[in-house]
Amino acid sequence: MIKGRVWKFGDNVDTDVIIPARYLNTSNKQELKTFCFKDLIPDFSDRIKKGDIILAGENFGCGSSREHAPIALKEAGVALIIAKSFARIFFRNSLNIGLPLLEVKQGLDEVEQGDEMEVDLKTGKLFVKEKNISLDVKPITGLEKELIEAGGLLNYTKNRILRSENRS
Amino acid sequence: MAMTITQRILAMHSGKDEVRPGDIVEAKVDLALANDITAPLAIKVFEELGVEKPFDREKIALVPDHFVPNKDIASAEQVKMVREFARKYGITHFFELGETGVEHILLPEKGLIAPGDLVVGADSHTCTYGALGAFATGVGSTDLGVTMATGKIWLRVPETIKFEYKGRLRPFVGGKDLILNTISLIGVDGANYKTMFFTGETVKELSMADRFTMANMAVEAGAKNGIFEPDEITREFLKDRVEKEGLWLREGPESTFQKEYVIDVSSLEPQVARPHSPANSVEVNELKGIKIDQVFIGSCTNGRYEDLYNAFQILKGRKVAKGVRLIVLPGTPTVYKEALQNGIIEGLLESGAVIGPPCCGPCLGGHMGILAESEVAVSTSNRNFLGRMGHPKSFVYLSNPFVAAASAVAGEIIHPKHVLGASHD
Repeated sequence: MIKGRVWKFGDNVDTDVIIPARYLNTSNKQELKTFCFKDLIPDFSDRIKKGDIILAGENFGCGSSREHAPIALKEAGVALIIAKSFARIFFRNSLNIGLPLLEVKQGLDEVEQGDEMEVDLKTGKLFVKEKNISLDVKPITGLEKELIEAGGLLNYTKNRILRSENRS
Repeated sequence: MAMTITQRILAMHSGKDEVRPGDIVEAKVDLALANDITAPLAIKVFEELGVEKPFDREKIALVPDHFVPNKDIASAEQVKMVREFARKYGITHFFELGETGVEHILLPEKGLIAPGDLVVGADSHTCTYGALGAFATGVGSTDLGVTMATGKIWLRVPETIKFEYKGRLRPFVGGKDLILNTISLIGVDGANYKTMFFTGETVKELSMADRFTMANMAVEAGAKNGIFEPDEITREFLKDRVEKEGLWLREGPESTFQKEYVIDVSSLEPQVARPHSPANSVEVNELKGIKIDQVFIGSCTNGRYEDLYNAFQILKGRKVAKGVRLIVLPGTPTVYKEALQNGIIEGLLESGAVIGPPCCGPCLGGHMGILAESEVAVSTSNRNFLGRMGHPKSFVYLSNPFVAAASAVAGEIIHPKHVLGASHD
């Protein structure tokens, strides 16, 4: 169960906004998290709490392939991103690092910044008590579920390599 | 169901007779690439996997191009890490400063991609190689790290949208204008997760440079890949570069497209995308008179020889307007040399341009040519997101090299014909 406060964003949030390119001269995750939304919300990395949830519109994460974007969000404390749709590279990067995403097209427009949200990824149950919202969303399944459960593509691949070595 | 070019490439690379849109396949990769920003994370993933060596040291390309020549200590450390990894495993295609250039111009130039290849790159503009009839798509660093170890990648088979262009192009209109216009038509997520297939009588006449520009920006509409049918123009480009024949695939009459657009471009004028979205394009004349501070000609979109040549046609014998900075970055050392030998570099210098080394430069606002608050730039690159080229309150307009050059001369956004004089009306 994920339980956190909502950070609300609009459509087409691009990866340059999530983490500007000038901060990409490092791959240190602890440093990267401090640059999250640096130009848009300069104190984001101070204000975010572990477990918070991003709620966005269409095409979240469009633009560059920089994995630094989902890494910065995850390391800053974001537990889940819900959007009406995701840009494809951001989508696979997030799953690959074990950051869960949910595509929810309808039913969350009235949710506001700071609202408390609860989501059970396994059952697809979503609650926002302040707004009397109780939604059944499509739970994560298939390869996406396997990636999230393994904690990302790295562990998923490690497990596969181990399994094939044990077999041979 | 007849498969599209993209489906056939994915089927062949995953050992299947047929794949359908929505299927998830594990495909073999012909080339995996990363740059100085994305490779360090990929290398960490590769090392953590604990495999003995990369799947094939000749099928990995590592191109330091984003923050080179190293802009600061942190960037120098990143390039050093990539260099040491390349040395340790004998990676054939690591490009040191002096050999390196903008990755998506450099790799086709070096003959590393053939039609029908499957290419993944930790850079969103990897889709550029679709111009050669290859399946090429951008991925992240974890994907790339795993691919370097296994030689494989998981991919969802995309639907294809067909874009058929009709009509003869007007002067100063090229691939950049077609793609900007198309993105404005379908939006920045108009092709999300999908293939953009570019075809039609107009496209068949386009040079490789124009086709690379179009495929390059497929990702700005959210596409997984852009693709062209390889033809005689492709063959001419590949001659003496690529040894293997490759797979020369064409769409058949039964290929299934999710959607089809027929676009008459015979009256299309040069396009300029306003801040802060590549989908914001309008005809250049609508923006006439917007004062500018900087012009950038270069990037993986428009840093090829032909782009410099086109800019030079406007700038020849003219001066950059007072108060405007013109930055030109030839895409690769070869592009630089050719432009030098043909007098283009000298001509541009005389106009007042500064010529920089082959790299990504100001395109992504990290290095060389950053904008200050409230400054305005015209750029031949591919993105004008908020803060992309520097200060969050700076403004970037995207255009082709003719418009960029003309605007540098006028000091404001302008149609090239107004700079050249009445005879070009």
